[in-house]
Amino acid sequence: MQYLLLLYADEAGWTKMSKAEQEQGYAAYMAYTEALKKAGALKSSNRLQPIATATTIRTTNGKQQVLDGPYVESKEQLGGYYLIDVPDLDAALSWASRCPGAGHGIVEVRPIWSM
Amino acid sequence: MAATMSGDERNLLARDMAEAVARQSYGKLVAFLAARTRDVAAAEDALSEAFASALADWPKNGCPANPEGWLLTVARRKAIDMLRRRWHEETVDEWQTMSDTLEAAENNGQIPDQRLALMFACAHPAIDASIRSPLILQVVLGLDAKAIASAFLTSPAAMGKRLVRAKEKIKQAGIPFVIPEKEELPGRLDVVLDAIYAAFAEGWTDPAGTDATRRDLTEESLFLARLVTDLLPQEPEALGLLALMLHAEARRRARRSEEGEFVPLAEQNIELWDSGMIREAEDLLKRASAMGLLGRYQLEAALQSAHVHRVHTGHWNWQEVVQIYDALLGISSSPVVAINRALAIAELDGAEAGLKNLQQLAADPRLTEYQPYWAARAELLAKTGACQEAREAYDIAIGLESDAAVRRFLQGRQSALKL
Repeated sequence: MQYLLLLYADEAGWTKMSKAEQEQGYAAYMAYTEALKKAGALKSSNRLQPIATATTIRTTNGKQQVLDGPYVESKEQLGGYYLIDVPDLDAALSWASRCPGAGHGIVEVRPIWSM
Repeated sequence: MAATMSGDERNLLARDMAEAVARQSYGKLVAFLAARTRDVAAAEDALSEAFASALADWPKNGCPANPEGWLLTVARRKAIDMLRRRWHEETVDEWQTMSDTLEAAENNGQIPDQRLALMFACAHPAIDASIRSPLILQVVLGLDAKAIASAFLTSPAAMGKRLVRAKEKIKQAGIPFVIPEKEELPGRLDVVLDAIYAAFAEGWTDPAGTDATRRDLTEESLFLARLVTDLLPQEPEALGLLALMLHAEARRRARRSEEGEFVPLAEQNIELWDSGMIREAEDLLKRASAMGLLGRYQLEAALQSAHVHRVHTGHWNWQEVVQIYDALLGISSSPVVAINRALAIAELDGAEAGLKNLQQLAADPRLTEYQPYWAARAELLAKTGACQEAREAYDIAIGLESDAAVRRFLQGRQSALKL
């Protein structure tokens, strides 16, 4: 089954980190991605630009509007994702718990709707 | 034989047989049908159609030699029919694996018992904690949403919806039907045991046994606890839970007088205790403690055992009781345990000491609406002679109690206070 791991974190946390800490954090993600690849579980993965770059489209009263900013303003923001293919939820949860994102934020695990 | 039986007799026999198979095999058949597809709802639908066919067929053609196999064959056909009708939704793979595994099992004539794996799926951490217990009762024992709803004091419609949602989650989120690996097992087993104990506790809120659904629930949960100990005989906490439940069940008849009044443990007629159950509980506890891994349910069962021992022999053992409460508090910081510990300390060192202990809990906001806290406080205040304060505490305890017999008991204690 395919699962999307959605990584939520406080964006301000990253900018507050020292250069060395950022490098360490980056390396942790690289190692994690590598481990997923080696296990044959990785389908795709991406890091997102900060919410300052987000634009939202929504329809109000039948009229489409383009708005600056993310869908939800909250402390933790969607910052990246992993799409993985594993046998079941337990396997997905065990990968999610190893994700560096689970250490400094929240990882939501969502099964993919198979067509 | 069958030829001399009347139609009514054969109907009755078929119904009895179907009921017996349902009780023994329902969960086994659901588990088997749903293990690969994780579609519990489809398995239940297919099985209920199979049971309906059995009730139509067995009175006419006699009960089959292998009723489980008969039901499985029919359920399999029904399941495949259903999947065909929903062809556009189902992948060919799913259909094929289901059909293959069913055929393989029918060929070797043995249905593997996957009920434990089914229970682990129902009590998965990804399932909302409050629905785990009802879910197990439904999918392992076949209880309907109406009976479960009445026991858990919710509306049948709401319970039905939540059960459907939980089954959807199992299927859509891909919750596996497996017994967790050794290192994960204790934690995950605790969740299964908690769900069984919750079902038992719901049944237990009707100690007089006047409400048939609730009385059945204690029986059903005892059945589940036995099932877990049969399938995992080396897990001390599973043995501890069964011991705890047997101890409680053994004293059921003594908890109410003939007039329906509440009887506290110290005043119970021990003739009414079920000595067979108590013996079984003691044996289980011994077996569990030999495994050398202590846990919550073993400790709670040990408490029951200590109380029974004291009442039986008159041997004063409050020191031991307080020690068990200390150990329990070390595992979980439950306010219930802390309150009972304070009562035990009152027995050991006097009411003042118990009250002092209880006072330390007063800051916990959960306790302001918690009946046992106020009842304990009232009792200890009464013992120290603080009658006015005791009266006020009884007032709150009585106001918070939902069981009429316990309410009358507390009112009796309150009116016995010196003015």
